[in-house]
Amino acid sequence: MTLLIDEVTLTYPDGDGRLTALDAVGLHVPAGSLTAVVGPSGSGKSSLLAVAGTLVRPDRGRVFVDGVDAGGLDRTARAALRRERIGIVFQQPNLLPSLTAAEQLEVMAHLTGRMSPSVRRRAQDLLDAVGLAALARRRPRELSGGQRQRVNIARALMNDPAVLLVDEPTSALDRERGAEVIDLLLALTRERRVATVVVTHDTGHAGRADRVGAMRDGRLTAGTA
Amino acid sequence: MFVAWRDLRFAKGRFALMGTVVVLMTLLVGLVSGLAEGLARENVSAVAGLPADRLAFAAPPDGRAVSFADSKVSREQWEAWERQPGVTGAQPLAIRTLRAAAGDRTASVTAFAAEPDSGLAPRGVGPGRVVLSAKAAEELGVGAGDAVRLGEREAAVAAVAGEASYSHTPVVWTALDGDDATVIALRTGSGADLAAGDEAAGTTALSVDDALTAIGSYQAENGSLQLMRGFLFVISALVTGAFFTVWTIQRSADVAVLKALGASTPYLLRDALGQAVALLVGGTLAGAALAAGAGVLISGTDVPFVLDAATVLLPAGVLIALGACGAALAIRRITAVDPLTALGSAR
Repeated sequence: MTLLIDEVTLTYPDGDGRLTALDAVGLHVPAGSLTAVVGPSGSGKSSLLAVAGTLVRPDRGRVFVDGVDAGGLDRTARAALRRERIGIVFQQPNLLPSLTAAEQLEVMAHLTGRMSPSVRRRAQDLLDAVGLAALARRRPRELSGGQRQRVNIARALMNDPAVLLVDEPTSALDRERGAEVIDLLLALTRERRVATVVVTHDTGHAGRADRVGAMRDGRLTAGTA
Repeated sequence: MFVAWRDLRFAKGRFALMGTVVVLMTLLVGLVSGLAEGLARENVSAVAGLPADRLAFAAPPDGRAVSFADSKVSREQWEAWERQPGVTGAQPLAIRTLRAAAGDRTASVTAFAAEPDSGLAPRGVGPGRVVLSAKAAEELGVGAGDAVRLGEREAAVAAVAGEASYSHTPVVWTALDGDDATVIALRTGSGADLAAGDEAAGTTALSVDDALTAIGSYQAENGSLQLMRGFLFVISALVTGAFFTVWTIQRSADVAVLKALGASTPYLLRDALGQAVALLVGGTLAGAALAAGAGVLISGTDVPFVLDAATVLLPAGVLIALGACGAALAIRRITAVDPLTALGSAR
């Protein structure tokens, strides 16, 4: 259960030319470890997540998710890869307003066509793991920002992913709640043996990761926390 | 329909508003359909109920369409038809609108004059004896054995039978006298050569269904009502499409999130279309039930209204099908939603 990004280059149209968002980026995230990627706005952090999450195809290089080469997959297969092996924690919780906290998780199982009584139990267990078991029937507008972010994390883990991609998880939270979220991500990464990448501008939180990479102008400099 | 059902419950106000529109459109279409059918029956039921498969009209001048008002056929013509191979019956039928009176009551009626033993007229018709449709008898206040005046002639009511009506007037069956009629009612077998019959008799033979358009008021009246009904179908599809266009745009951020989480486009399309169909079916069934209820109330009055599956359920089915088409066109924009927009979007 790993994530391997191999010499990936990604460019976007920019006027008459092209803007290089990722420039020969390489990253290996083993199972059970958390890698933080820090960098200023526009440095390519979100592009790295988009490529790792198979949301966009790189111009060059390859992405392996749990051993599967995402480059050779069509759109349908990439969607299947995302729902089966990739969990995404969005910067903003992006919860569906009509669903309760438990249903935000159950819908993930429904996407895979696996609805059974065990799905509800698993959703309840995950909400319990993020400390929200008592709020399972609440809708997003009835939850605080921190609670919504926890549901966001639990949802990403619902289909037991190999890779967890986390986008600025603390940007909307105060320092204390941000630290709690990082603690939670670290614990879940270890417990569930997930390869986790956290993109953040917050170097304070990043320091607690197993590894830290710095993005600047589309280039990733690897380091160790 | 995991998300769709929950959206329906969550956005109750918006869906209730659209559901109400569907209910009202279905009610309106149901009422127009029932009225159109009722008016049509008042116009054509006597002709449509004739025991014939074709009607031969006097051939109209070039470029003109046949019409009951202008058609006049002679004995030579119906005898020419009787001689045609494959024709098992050729009976003259004279149609004339006139004033009927009984005591101090009068009514406009249409006299359908046929030879008593032809099989066209009901039993009891003969010289000086007429058979009244129920509505004619009711308007004149007469029953079997009473006397009525048809134009200048006195006749005895032999029986009251049927609900036949022609051009919104009740029908009175009388015996044909004279050598002229309006049309020839034909019964033909499989070997009948209609073109040869028309050429020999100088007529234009039409199927009974086609012949209905030769009733002047029917074509104008039915055409207007069917046009109105058609517009209602189109408007309903457009309104449904417009609603789901706005709804899909509103939830495009949710769609992007679901796609980013791995939802396939077919899954999202099924979910959205299922939601539209559920709304349409619910609204249409409620509207059809209201239309049926209104039909029951109206049927007890003088308003010509027909309440049956063809006037209530069939339009409801068409509304669902067209509404689903409108919704399908609206929700196809789901295919264009880019899951990449979910990264960094704030909800």
